[in-house]
Amino acid sequence: MPVQYAGVRPEHMAVREAAGIFDVSHMGEIETAGPDALALLQRLLSNDVALLPIGGAQYSVLCQEDGGVLDDLFTYRLQADRYLTVTNAVNHERDFAWFQTHAAGFKDVQVTDRLEHYAMLAVQGPRARELVQAIADAPLPARMTAAMRRLGGAQVLICGTGYTGEDGVELLALPHDAPILWDELLRRGAVPAGLAARDTLRMEACFHLYGNDLSTERGPIEAGLGWCCREQTGFIGADAVRAVREAEVAGVGGLSEQRLVAFAIDGPGIARQGNTVIGGGVVSSGTLSPSLGIGIGLAYVPAASATIGTRLEIDVRGKIRPAVVKEKPLYRKGA
Amino acid sequence: MAEANYPTDLLYHPEHDWARIDPADPQTATLGITWYAQDALGEVVFFDPPAVGTTLVKDEPYAEVESVKAVSDVLAPMSGEIVEVNGDLAADPGAINEDPYGGGWLVKIRLADSSERDALLDAAAYSATLGG
Repeated sequence: MPVQYAGVRPEHMAVREAAGIFDVSHMGEIETAGPDALALLQRLLSNDVALLPIGGAQYSVLCQEDGGVLDDLFTYRLQADRYLTVTNAVNHERDFAWFQTHAAGFKDVQVTDRLEHYAMLAVQGPRARELVQAIADAPLPARMTAAMRRLGGAQVLICGTGYTGEDGVELLALPHDAPILWDELLRRGAVPAGLAARDTLRMEACFHLYGNDLSTERGPIEAGLGWCCREQTGFIGADAVRAVREAEVAGVGGLSEQRLVAFAIDGPGIARQGNTVIGGGVVSSGTLSPSLGIGIGLAYVPAASATIGTRLEIDVRGKIRPAVVKEKPLYRKGA
Repeated sequence: MAEANYPTDLLYHPEHDWARIDPADPQTATLGITWYAQDALGEVVFFDPPAVGTTLVKDEPYAEVESVKAVSDVLAPMSGEIVEVNGDLAADPGAINEDPYGGGWLVKIRLADSSERDALLDAAAYSATLGG
């Protein structure tokens, strides 16, 4: 995936206003199958996998025992006991090893590396569904669901998910079918979009990027991902997550903790990853928002500074830039 | 401008900066970044000008230009003191892309040592450093 094709701004705006297409084939896939598939995934993934219906999609994090985040991932339930989990490229090998290690403790589950089996195209934007629907043999799956469809001559797993804050679909296709789909969707008006636009779009939508906003040094509650953690399922790391959550509810010990907030720069300037927040804290992601025309980003700040409207000061390479904690997402469709 | 362009009336620093010595006042020069630099950077979205009076040291960074994806230092091709900054860039930083040798100029300086020009490249020599 290139950083850009025509340029980050036109690519970004194409996704916001019409349809963009991203080649995200670098992302990994792990298939978990067998009678014990649910039990294994329930142990590994933070969300309640038992609530995932056949054809459903679910977001979760993968935690270490101490609650540190190994990855954030979408899992699709393809059949009663067959699941597909999409990994971040940088974490894929570690995730797969983690799945395999823990699968050994279950009697009847197969964990298969599917990285080479799938190419992945994300078609995103208000016109994305219409473009894909035009070459599909049946109605596309709704948001947060997945289904096999025929697109032209190709059998494709279509997922109603994305990373842009827009409607759209992600297509998991066989590698030899993907270039044909790419060309056909371009011909129908999808604009090729690169890594830079993917990053600005996800930041406006306040989606986490592993390596920036998530790491083994941070837990899901800190990262604002408590909503996808169901400690009662007993997933690896649940005890650590519960302890942080209970401390937060009780209002004890929480104030020295940090929380991930969305911010906007008040005035000129663009904060970048690694910039320091005065008084404690660090910018984990920062860019100029092409939609809003201002510097935006995500930052870990002391819990006491995490309320919406709190004024921050960010050291941007020696210049102090005022910023304000904002509600997530920073950009909302139609706003 | 869409095509590479290196005017022959400018002097070039190998780190992709240009200086135009004022023919009417050879002790002053206008500075900017080259077509190659703006093309590599992509669409410029922010230029934070240094203050008038700031001292520039040849080969040292004196300002930053930012695209959506990156921030880049601008090096001084010659030493001197800033006498004027391009205030229009605050509202229209894209001028650095569209017109890097005209409306996209960055600062004007009073030269500390006009003999520094001898270390700079002419358009042909600078273009040659860019290869193919």
